[in-house]
This record gives sequence, structure tokens and C-alpha cells, in this order.
Amino acid sequence: MRRLVQSFAAVLLITAALLYISYRLNESEGYAGNHTLTVYNWGDYIDPKLIKEFEKETGWKVIYQTFDSNEAMMAKIAQGGTTFDVAVPSEYAISKMKEEGMLLPLDHSKLPNLKYLDPRFLNLSFDPGNQYSVPYFWGTVGIVYNSEMLGGKKLTSWNDLWNKDLRNQILLVDGAREVMGMALNSLHYSLNDTNQAHLLQAKRKLDSLTPNVKAIVGDEIKMLLANEEAAIGVVWSGDAAEIIAENDKLDYVVPKEGSNLWFDNMVIPKTAKNIEGAHQFINFMLDPKHAAANAEYVGYSTPNKKALEYMPKEVVKDQRFYPDFHSIGRLEVYENLGKRMLAYYNELFLEFKMHRK
Amino acid sequence: MLCTWGRWMMAAMRHNVRNLYLIPYVLWIALFVAAPILLIVYYSFFDIEGKWTIANYEKFFTPIYLKMALNSFWYAFLITLFSLLIAYPTAYFLTKTKHKQLWLLLIILPTWVNLLLKAYAFLGIFGTFGLANAILEMLGIGKKQILFTDFSFVFVSVYIFIPFMVLPIFNALEELNPSLVDAARDLGASAWTTFRRVVFPLTLDGVKAGCQAVFIPSLSLFMITRLIAGNRVITLGTAVEEHFLVTQDWGMGATIAVFLMIAMAVIIGLTGNRK
Amino acid sequence: MKRNRTWGQIYLVIVFVILYMPIFYLMYYSFNSGGTMHHFQRFTFEWYKEVFHDPRLLIIVINTLVIALLSATISTILGVAGALSIYYVKRRRAKNLLLTFNNVLIVSPDVIIGASFLILFTIAGIKLGFISVLLSHIAFSVPIVVLMVLPKLQEMSPTLMDAAHDLGANQWQVLTRVILPFITPGIFAGFFMALTYSLDDFAVTFFVTGNGFSTLSVEIYSRARQGISLSINALSTLLFLFTILLIVGYYVISQKGGRLYGEGGRR
Repeated sequence: MRRLVQSFAAVLLITAALLYISYRLNESEGYAGNHTLTVYNWGDYIDPKLIKEFEKETGWKVIYQTFDSNEAMMAKIAQGGTTFDVAVPSEYAISKMKEEGMLLPLDHSKLPNLKYLDPRFLNLSFDPGNQYSVPYFWGTVGIVYNSEMLGGKKLTSWNDLWNKDLRNQILLVDGAREVMGMALNSLHYSLNDTNQAHLLQAKRKLDSLTPNVKAIVGDEIKMLLANEEAAIGVVWSGDAAEIIAENDKLDYVVPKEGSNLWFDNMVIPKTAKNIEGAHQFINFMLDPKHAAANAEYVGYSTPNKKALEYMPKEVVKDQRFYPDFHSIGRLEVYENLGKRMLAYYNELFLEFKMHRK
Repeated sequence: MLCTWGRWMMAAMRHNVRNLYLIPYVLWIALFVAAPILLIVYYSFFDIEGKWTIANYEKFFTPIYLKMALNSFWYAFLITLFSLLIAYPTAYFLTKTKHKQLWLLLIILPTWVNLLLKAYAFLGIFGTFGLANAILEMLGIGKKQILFTDFSFVFVSVYIFIPFMVLPIFNALEELNPSLVDAARDLGASAWTTFRRVVFPLTLDGVKAGCQAVFIPSLSLFMITRLIAGNRVITLGTAVEEHFLVTQDWGMGATIAVFLMIAMAVIIGLTGNRK
Repeated sequence: MKRNRTWGQIYLVIVFVILYMPIFYLMYYSFNSGGTMHHFQRFTFEWYKEVFHDPRLLIIVINTLVIALLSATISTILGVAGALSIYYVKRRRAKNLLLTFNNVLIVSPDVIIGASFLILFTIAGIKLGFISVLLSHIAFSVPIVVLMVLPKLQEMSPTLMDAAHDLGANQWQVLTRVILPFITPGIFAGFFMALTYSLDDFAVTFFVTGNGFSTLSVEIYSRARQGISLSINALSTLLFLFTILLIVGYYVISQKGGRLYGEGGRR
């Protein structure tokens, strides 16, 4: 009994000491006061130097919180109970958040740097007039491939993936819209198709791809491709840039049938407390120099036209990551298909995953 | 169910003044077990658009979900079986070592390292150019695809669950009265017969506890189905995860959860102590 | 018999090698200047320096430890109470029912626990952060403590308690002088399992955390999109070595002091 009491007392003592240290650390870092701005973003999706600079410039202390999927982020914001001043959801999440009243409108007069954005990326279907959102990064979905492992072969289209020689060579990203979209595009249908016959046809086409698919994975796809675990991967362009930076034998192509055009955007969720600071932060990130620095750190494509002037020529001229839109058959933004249709996409995708060789 | 349960408790309390410990425990059950169960059962009757329906239950009995359930049970069975086969000797030999309590702690310790990190390490070890393949090549077997196969999935799952199986078996072995074993040996029983007739039956409770602690959670494994099995293995846990986080079809997710809970209750009923 | 023992030791060595293999793998690459868990380039301490220059990461580590220790302590107390109450319930059906309720949280997928706790906390008006994370960790650690303590109780002979009562011991004395010493090993096992559950959990914490509060596993998972930096490996290595040192140190000290580890009930 004495040993029991002693042990528990020791544990409580250690806990108290730790709590004290954490309190002091929090205080010295300035997280304790009222001058905070909470940014809710994907992990490591911003240049930390920019946060430091923003803090120095404006006096706000930034708390950088991270999420790992749009859905989890939305669940958190919808439920309330916690403060987020700025969030960075993807475009399909924005129409949903708008519908459910989870966003505050932006005050454009406080965002003078909006003028630097490329007009191609403004006023899109998911947020007409950019009332609620400002693009942060953009990109496409395409194929990363290792031509050395494929014996010098080049891939140009989605249909190339169905080649019988590619047995067990393909890694797919674990996303229903991406994989179904690939199949729909390969049949020359729209990514946003809701025709049941077309969708079933796409699902059947996917089933026939099964022998070529090695695995359907998440973020680890980058590591697996860079390590030549498989020769081909269907990925987002941002990830592709990262993979190529790590292993230069790899190449990226946006298939000629067409593909998806995606955006991550800055918004102010309804849970915001520091709305003034949130606008300052968004405007700060829209500054061309800051946007250029951020794009170089993260490696994704920036929608900031002026920022391109501050970036290396070979990056900006790279057609794979900064394509001019005429060269590609059809780039579509995901539309909000409604919950029921989205569930149907997911169910078909689930059935495809369960399809055995 | 809750009603009868309440009556049991009342009766138990009246018969037994000693049982004041029930109060904090029952409070915990009410808040963190009963309330979530009610919430989940409640949600399972709503479709994706928030309308009342029993369609989710109908959907569960379509081939795709039944196949998934069957898959989950099959893999959970395999994982439990291999965990037991590896953990029993481990626990047995541990009780024979000099610093057994220390070694036992060292068995649990790897669990404290983040699972995602360990899964990434396994990606490296099992990869085409990884350690496992290097060993296979050295042995003259040649490169094999290890990652994204049933083998790697079961291996890593067993790896995760081993400590949860070793612990209860170790405890059961510790409680075993050594004089019983000596007696059996003195009566001329061989080592194997002693084990089969004396040691194993007396540690059966530990084995049961271990199997429960492994089988039940392995029904709802998710992350490693993607990381290690490359989504080749789809379990009920994967589907729940998808419905809650991706599709946002909380109704269907909750329905699967209801079935998981029923499965658990049945398993506990079957393996419960009948002393 | 001797040969048997050697084989047993070889078997144990193999099991330990496999158990620690991925951890050594992580440690090895924490010294890699290449920045990935592949292709070891040069030896470097860079990642370790990075850990110590990141106060946010240190705060997160402390948060994780505080939550783990506190929740394990409280859930151990609750779990012991739970095990005692199950032990005292005489009817088999009631017992099984209680056990089923007890195990619900072990079987439920983390996502469901997390989502339902999130709804619960919102209804109760509890602000997301330290308190909500602590409460949920306590909640999901209680059942495992019960499962660890209960077998010890069942193994205790009832005559022991009757004897204590006959000798004039009151309830409290029976508890502290007879029962608790006997089940001490179970209590420690429960505490360690609770600690394990808390340190390991991601999904539940993810749902119920907020307002700048974060734990290590949540941080690691959310960094996965950009690839996990080796400073996380370095941090894990440090924590791991620290724990080993702590455990072995504690063990050696308690051996030297003559108090053997499993004192309760056996020695």
C-alpha cells in the first residue's frame, strides 16, 4: 500500500512540474496573451519564416494549428468550441462550408493585394466574386512516372495506364473523386459527371485496371515513388513537384484527356475572433514577395501573378507545373455534386478497392 | 437494455452496501459509454440528408458490406491466432527469466513510439530495396513483393497487438502454482503432457483475455490497412473511418459501429467466465 | 531442461529483435543528413539541434506527457473502483452486462469515439482543449485498467477478506490492508496500459482538441502531408532512450533497495 501511495504521489509531482514548465514556456512564447491569431492549415504548408515576419510586422502572435483532411477540419469548425481565425480548405470544401454557413464574408477593402492574383484563378464557380475565399495554391492531377523503370517509355494519357505491360506498377492516391475522375476522363466524360450509366461504366473500367494497381495509398505515395517502389503514380501536381525534386528520374504529365484543377484557399471561418488580424494575415500572404517565398518553400504553384517575377525562371516556365491552359484538353474544377452523389462516388470507389485480381 | 441494467444495479446496491465503488464507475459508464452508444444508435437511423430511415440497416445486408464483414472477421481471426502462437511462448519463457518484470516492461515499451512512425519504418523495411528483401536476397531466395500483401498486413498487425496478448498470459502463468507442475512431473508426465494437461488449462483465462484484447480491436483496424496493405484489405474499421471522415455519411458509419458493438457483445458472451 | 532454457532464450531474443527493429530503424535515420528515411548519406546531429530550437514542439511533448500521466492516474483510480464493483456484483448476468459496457470503448473504432465525444463536449459546453482531451483520455483508459485489475481480484480468496472482517477490520481497513496490496501488480499493469493507450492515441485526441492545444501524435499525423521531418525521428529517439533509462534505472534502484518489484501478494 505504501508503495502504491508513493508511486502515485511521485507521478503527480512530476505532472505538476511539467505543467509549470509548459506554463512558463507558453508565457515566454507569447501564446498566453490576447494578441493571438490562430491559423488552421495543413501540416507544414507555410514557410515558417513568413510567420515570424508577420508577427514582427503586425504584433500578433500566430498559433499554427494543423489538420490532415478537409473533412476533419470541417467537423471541427462546424462543431464550434474552438477558435480558428484563418483556415485553408480545398475548393470543394468551400462550397460545402458556404452552404452550411461556416464562413464569414471577406472585406475586400482590407485586402489590397488581391490585385496581384492571376484573374484566371478568380471568380470561379465554387465562390463567385471571391466573396469568401482567396486562392492560396493551385494545381492539377496527373501521372508521375519513372521512365527508366519503364524502359524509356513516355506516358501521355490516362488510357496509357491500362497497358498490359504495367502489371503491378501503379500507385493510386486514396481519393474517390481523383480515381473516379481519372476513369471518367479516360472515357472522355466530365469529372463532374452524374449520369449513373457513365459512372458504372467508369467503375467497370477501373476494375479492369486492378492487375496494374500495386496499392492505393495516402501521403506516403511521395516517399514510395521517390524510392522507386513503383514506376507510376497518380498524384496531385504539388506532390509531383516534391517527388521530382527528390528523384530526378521521375517526370510528371497532365494527361491529354483532361484533368482536375484544384485550389487550396484562405478563408475566415465563423469561429474567428480576430477578424482584423485574419484580414491582415491573408493580405500579408498575398504580397508578391511573400507569396514567392512561400511557393519556393512549399513547392506548390502559386496563383499570384506578380509573385512569379520574384521566382526562378526555370520554375515559372515549367509547363508541367505552370501550364498554359490551352495546351491541355480540359481542366475542370470539382463541382459540389451534393451529398448523395458524393456518397455514390465513394461507394463505387469502395467497391473498386474491394475488387480482387 | 438500459432499464434492466439499472434494475440490476439497484438490486446489487441494496444487497450489497459494500459496493460504493459502483458510484464513480457507473457515472463513467453513463457519461462515456451509455451516452455515446445512444448517440450512435440514434445516428444510425438517419440517412445522409438527415431524414429518418432504416435504409442503412438494409444496406448493411448487401453483398458488399457482408463481404467486408466476413473479411474483417477472417483477418481478425488470423491476427489473433498468430498473436497467440507467438505470444504464448514469449510469455512462458519470460516467466523463466531472471528479471521478468523488467523484460515484460520492455515488451510494452515499443507501443509508446508513435504508430504512424513505426508504420513508416515498416514501409522502409518491407520495401523493394529494404532490409527484408536484402536478407531474402542474401539467402538466395531473391526479391519478393512483401509490402501491400496479406502477409505484411498480418505481420504488422500482430506486431502491434503482441504486447496486449503477452500481458494477460504472463499474468496467468505467474499465478500458476509451480508445485502443480512439479507434481505432474513427479508422476511421470512428459514435459508436453504437463503443458497440455496442467499448464495450458490453468492459464486459459489469460489466453481468453488476450484473445479478446486482440480480436476485438483488430475487427476495426484502419490506418495500417492503407499504409501496409495499400487498401487491399478493407475492414469494417476502414469503412467506418471513410463514412465518418470522407463521405460524411454518419448514419452508415454509425450502423456499422452498431454491428461492431453487437459482435463484441457476442464475443464476450461466448468467451465469458463461466465459473 | 537446460537445453530448453537456451532455446527459450534464443526465442526471446528473436522476439525482442523484431519488436525493436522498426524503432532502431527510426533511430538510425534520425542521424541521416539526407532528410529522408532512405539512402543514408552522412552522419549529422542537425535534427537533434532542430528539436531543441523548436519551443512549440517541446510544449507539445510536455502536453503529451502531462495528459498521459494525469489521465493514467485518474483512470487507474476509476478503473480500480470499477473492477471492485464488478467483483462485488454477484449475479453472472449482471456481471457480464457490466463487462460488456466496460468493453464498448475498447471495441469501438477511434473515429466513432472521437466523433461522439466531440458531440458530447459540445452539448455539455466544455471548451475544447486541455480539459476535453484529458477527459476523453481518462474515459477510454478506464476499461483497460478494469481488465487488468479484475483477474487479480478474482484470484484473491474470499476467505482472506472474511478473516480480516472476523478480526474486526472495517471496510476501509480491508480495502487498504488486504485488497489493495494484493492487487498492486494489477494496478501497476493497468496504469502502464493506460499510459500506453494515452501516448498512442491519435484519432480521439484529434477530434476533441482545439484552441492551440496539441499532442505529439496529432502533430505527427498532421505533418504527414508534407512528409515527416527527421526531427520527429530525433525527438522519438530522445523520448525512447529517456524512457528506457527511466525504467531500467527505477528497476535497478528498487532492486538495490531490497524491495522487489512484484511485492504484492507473492513475496
